[in-house]
Amino acid sequence: MNGKPKIGVYVCHCGTNIAGVVNVEEVVQFASTLPDVVVARNYSYMCSDPGQALITDDIEKFGLNRVVVASCSPRMHEPTFRKTLLSGGLNPYFLEMANIREQCSWVHEDPIAATEKAKRIVEAAVVKARRLEALDVKEVDVEPACLIIGAGIAGIQAALDIADAGFKVYLVEKSPTVGGHMAQLDKTFPTLDCSACILTPKMVDVANHPNIELMTYSQVEEISGYIGNFEVKVRKKSRFVDMDKCTGCGACAEVCRMAGRIPNEFDEGIGMRGAIYLPFPQAVPAKYTIDKENCLFLSKGKCGESPKCKEACQAEAINFDLQDEIVEFKVGTIIVATGYDVFDARKKPEYAYGVYDNVLTALEFERLVNASGPTGGKIVMLERGKKKKKKEGEEVEPPKVPKSITFIQCVGSRDKSVGNEYCSRVCCMYTAKLAHLAKDKIPDCEVTIFYMDVRAFGKGFEEFYDRVRREGVRYIRGNPSEIFKRGDKLVVKAEDTLTATPLEHETDMVVLSVGLVPRSDNREIIDLLKLSQSSDLFYLEAHPKLRPVDTASDGIFLAGVCQGPKDIPDAVAQAKGAASAAMIPMASGKVKVEAQTSVVNEATCRGCGFCVAVCPYTAIELVEVNRNGWPVKVARVNEALCKGCGACAAACLSGSIQQRSFKDIQILPQIQALGVK
Amino acid sequence: MAEKNSDFEPNIVAFLCNWCSYAGADLAGTSRIQYPSNVRVIRVMCSGRVNPLFVMNALQQGADGVLISGCHPGDCHYMQGNYYARRRFMLMRNFLEYLGVEPERVRMSWVSASEGAKWKEVIEEVVSGVKSVGPMNKFQRRQLNW
Repeated sequence: MNGKPKIGVYVCHCGTNIAGVVNVEEVVQFASTLPDVVVARNYSYMCSDPGQALITDDIEKFGLNRVVVASCSPRMHEPTFRKTLLSGGLNPYFLEMANIREQCSWVHEDPIAATEKAKRIVEAAVVKARRLEALDVKEVDVEPACLIIGAGIAGIQAALDIADAGFKVYLVEKSPTVGGHMAQLDKTFPTLDCSACILTPKMVDVANHPNIELMTYSQVEEISGYIGNFEVKVRKKSRFVDMDKCTGCGACAEVCRMAGRIPNEFDEGIGMRGAIYLPFPQAVPAKYTIDKENCLFLSKGKCGESPKCKEACQAEAINFDLQDEIVEFKVGTIIVATGYDVFDARKKPEYAYGVYDNVLTALEFERLVNASGPTGGKIVMLERGKKKKKKEGEEVEPPKVPKSITFIQCVGSRDKSVGNEYCSRVCCMYTAKLAHLAKDKIPDCEVTIFYMDVRAFGKGFEEFYDRVRREGVRYIRGNPSEIFKRGDKLVVKAEDTLTATPLEHETDMVVLSVGLVPRSDNREIIDLLKLSQSSDLFYLEAHPKLRPVDTASDGIFLAGVCQGPKDIPDAVAQAKGAASAAMIPMASGKVKVEAQTSVVNEATCRGCGFCVAVCPYTAIELVEVNRNGWPVKVARVNEALCKGCGACAAACLSGSIQQRSFKDIQILPQIQALGVK
Repeated sequence: MAEKNSDFEPNIVAFLCNWCSYAGADLAGTSRIQYPSNVRVIRVMCSGRVNPLFVMNALQQGADGVLISGCHPGDCHYMQGNYYARRRFMLMRNFLEYLGVEPERVRMSWVSASEGAKWKEVIEEVVSGVKSVGPMNKFQRRQLNW
């Protein structure tokens, strides 16, 4: 059906976006002189209904068999116009787009130069269109299962939604428990809901849901395949505790020789744990884990006479011979919900975090106010790194309660000096919340907040900010320059920028409202899934407005803070969005696969195998065929595996393997059109 | 040597991978970042698709310079296509130098989908590089009727 080309060229004004710079009439005039162009038109918005109707009408009227749309980027509207061709009865791959908006009218101010460039771009599209071929759109089955990486609130919510809809979910979490950062929080702003009360039921649900296979203390090691058919390999790290036998009684942790000597990550290092531990009492699964780096028996080969935990465990769950387990499974879609790290306050040495015991990060303070935290919810002055050895009969002095607490906002956010230009979106409000909790627990405590701006943009935020100020929390506008010690007191040096007064503010405790940053191990997921990053280094969505949960790769979605800072309701909303996006291909059961695959001309292929060597997907193999009575080897492409990168076409010495829609014969005319002066 | 003319506006053909550099060039547009109009883009799915033949062909067809741009090392949508592109580019550059083509004419860059501003910098560098060596008129050949 290729026939002699009859091309229609449609130049879009895009309102004034294109027509404001490019002389579209002139481009149309020029296009109508190009070979095989039967009709050339311009219209205000080609993507609108009447715009698309122009194309379908002309297909009928002029018998068009190729269409060139000169408008925005093909990354924007190629799918739209492919559908237009389809509805006009043409193969959708007879479309070529000329990007005269993003790469022409929006980046050049000079109308003459921009119009000249637009003509070249249109000509290149026309000469390519002459050589376009019809392609088959193949459909493959979609495995009705989803892999979710990360079991914080975003991953948990997405897992529950998908599982409730009846699809299988594999929920993989790196740490020993689900819950993520939300589990560390005490209350949530602005409603002061208890974080655990709203989170723990969901944590239990993911563990018990018949459609969810929960893999904690596990890591995704390999992912291959494509939408509908991803092959996943997960390493379930050994806990050295038999998950089926462990009852979670905790007898082992009490007797561990390392008990109370290892900083507990969950408590941000303020609380201590042993080598065998449960991160926190409500952890799910409620099974103990031996940290092999710190376990004396596993790291040194000897733990006293014999490991005490093993003796203490009545369920006989502890087994030092347990090995990592590798599990493999197939999924149709993937949701990445890997969350964030908090900003490392050591990168702001002027705030002396890590130098003075009572300069804390907000997450550490969160653990202090949390009723299930290391101090049972008491806000006390910290004495870090000191081992208190109780002597016989000695009275232990109760820890001091701070009389004044000072918060500093925007630590690691809106700060080019540490490379983080963005606002972390949660710090203003969590600071207000922590200030409220401090006032609540220590009514006579002076609470001061140093801020740059207060961004109380969400539902109920401004009201909460107002309430906290009325409770007597003092807000000082200024970005402190230094924290130092004078006697027992910490001194915050700053300028009140509203009154232009330099000040030295004395306080007992400083809390740094640290921002949210991409996880330090972000690279692992990027390497696994080939995700892109935005300039803030969070994962990049497919489109900032219209495809905020999608990635550039079909079938892979984003949820939660891994895509950019957001609070709990936003993370949950995005998780629900990602879940429903992931369910679309799973519910339809079929998905269209790449049609721009490679194809071999077996008559000229000499079977050298260069293409086989460069193919990243092992989609090409050499097969023996009969050529004029002689057995010869030729390359053959497995189209289900080919993803259409074209590496083989560039490697082929004889030009025998070509990528559909990007064949040499299609690209060379483009080069000629663009090269001509 | 080609005459160096201060009015000389070079004509540069660029091969951009769909996932990173083409998206980065689109982002420059969305952000309304202005840059010289000398560069004309051919979109390929991966920089690994760029056959050295394309570069030679562009120089023959009248282009004064060629730019190949792909994803940063490690970020290739197809895992290793940009590494193939880089290796080919290195070999090709030696060959072109042997033929007497100035290294300023044929360039390679890494521009990610979020680097609209970097795209502008690359364009400005490439354009000024090609301007410094003047028009390309070594390999001219007759036009073909495709």
